[in-house]
Amino acid sequence: MSDSVPAASQSNRGDDFDRRDAAWYVDRLVHLLVFLGGVSAILFILGIFVFITREGLGYLTASFSPSEFFGSIEWRPTSDTKPTYGILALLTGTAAVSGLAMVVAIPFSLGAAIFIGELSEGKTREILKVLVEMLAAIPSVVWGFIGLSIMNPFIIDAFDVPVGLNVLNAGLILGLMAAPIMTTIAEDALKAVPDHYREAAEAMGATRWQVIFRVVLPTAKNGLVAAVLLGVGRAFGETMAVLMASGHSVNMPTSPFDSVRALTATIAAELGETAHGSEHYRVLFTIGIFLFLITFCINLIADLIVRGIRKK
Amino acid sequence: MNSKTIFFSTIASAVFLIGCGGSRADRSVLQNKGSDTLVNVAQAWAEAYKDKNPKLAIAVSGGGSGTGISSLINGTVDLANSSRKMKDREIEQAKKNGVEPVEHVVGYDALAVYVHKDNPIESLTFEQLASIYGKDGKVVSWDQLGVSIPGAKSEKIILVSRQNNSGTFTYFKKTVLGKGGEYKLGSLDMHGSKDVVDFVMKTRGAIGYSGLAYTTDEVKLVPIRKSAGQPAVIPSVSAAVDGSYPITRPLLMYTRGKPEGAVKEYLDWILSDEGQSIISKKGYAPIRKIQN
Repeated sequence: MSDSVPAASQSNRGDDFDRRDAAWYVDRLVHLLVFLGGVSAILFILGIFVFITREGLGYLTASFSPSEFFGSIEWRPTSDTKPTYGILALLTGTAAVSGLAMVVAIPFSLGAAIFIGELSEGKTREILKVLVEMLAAIPSVVWGFIGLSIMNPFIIDAFDVPVGLNVLNAGLILGLMAAPIMTTIAEDALKAVPDHYREAAEAMGATRWQVIFRVVLPTAKNGLVAAVLLGVGRAFGETMAVLMASGHSVNMPTSPFDSVRALTATIAAELGETAHGSEHYRVLFTIGIFLFLITFCINLIADLIVRGIRKK
Repeated sequence: MNSKTIFFSTIASAVFLIGCGGSRADRSVLQNKGSDTLVNVAQAWAEAYKDKNPKLAIAVSGGGSGTGISSLINGTVDLANSSRKMKDREIEQAKKNGVEPVEHVVGYDALAVYVHKDNPIESLTFEQLASIYGKDGKVVSWDQLGVSIPGAKSEKIILVSRQNNSGTFTYFKKTVLGKGGEYKLGSLDMHGSKDVVDFVMKTRGAIGYSGLAYTTDEVKLVPIRKSAGQPAVIPSVSAAVDGSYPITRPLLMYTRGKPEGAVKEYLDWILSDEGQSIISKKGYAPIRKIQN
């Protein structure tokens, strides 16, 4: 008996080094699945880019004219005589709505971030954070619905204008939509400022506001810029709410009360109705490529800025 | 990627097979898609046909004539509803995909011009409509037409149009603006026939066009003259049947090739007195006079 024990334990130890039991296979499988999950983001983004480029390329290489595409307001894709694809009015519409959205969202989100991050404490802070995250979870079609049925009559009455579906309406809605994500990122940026900065400033006799304005905000500057950029990206890419609230009208806006049409909304409204492979279809994909590149660049810059602070 | 793909596709195909197994045994499905103008009546037909032939389910969806036609070209529907004729381009494309579209007239529709119910305008000629809607038209405010709308914020005409692949959009353009005519840009482009009427109902300075069947008591239908000397005709089903209303268009269904089997039976029933009495009840004109 005493002889067989070491032999058995030795063979067991050998199994430990090279075990191929169920747990080992589970371990490997989980490894593989997690790895796939990790790289899938890269695969998807490449896949999407290849797909939209392939669909839009036919137009880009055949009859793309940058001066018409970017310089003309004539968006007449279904004309019988001569279809024209000028996105200037759509681009201006998107820019106007996103711009106004930022005017609304920046003060709101910055204020919320400063309050949550610097001034509130304990329960208030936790509740506010949860509420801001809940605000981010409201579906965009619900926002669009609010724009269409609440803001529209309100704007007509309040500003005495004939139509309430316009830049102002879409901008306010988009601003409220972009604010939560901007608040969350801005608050992270404020949190990244080390406490001894604040303590040092307070030791010098600075008031709360002086600490925030002179020390915390300048230190967190990059993160705040990134928060704004991500908000711009969100506003640029938003579709449903803009489609419903902007009036969907090919028009160069001259005031906040003009109806406009956004690039995204145009794709949403028209893509389902074009024949697969037609020129109109390819132009819509070209707009898709353009939008993809813009939001990709915005997010990339924001990400680089955030990484920049982390390194310090 | 591989193991995941296989896993999900196995589940998906299993679900698909179970689904098919159940339905294939006793009923089949016809896909019917297209014109927003026709969607209500297409649904009514599908409902009524259920009693005639319980084994055939007809799935109806809207989205616009362009949607229906492009689905027909892509081969995903059996019947495409359309409020305009297929363009040569589209027929070519369909043939390239091996689809030979065949056109069937299933009814007629009067395209009404809607304004707010307080708008005092008495009638509009084609020429006036073209100067309101056309690319080179000079009319941008109601006082240019000699009317002023009580309670309106401004005299500006708020143009309401449709998304550019709608059959209504195309037909109105061709009929009122003439061949090769283009719309003025800057109109509010609505995504459905009903949306046009809803918007005009709520907006005093607005003018819009949409199928007569979408009318409500809260909007005004503008009587239309083809030219200044001719009588103004209020859009109605009877004016569409006798052809006196000038913006009347055929409502079409396209099939892939000559209709056969279930599709043929369904179309024949639509064109029968029974099917045609349903379309006239929905506010459209039947293809011939029928006794109800």
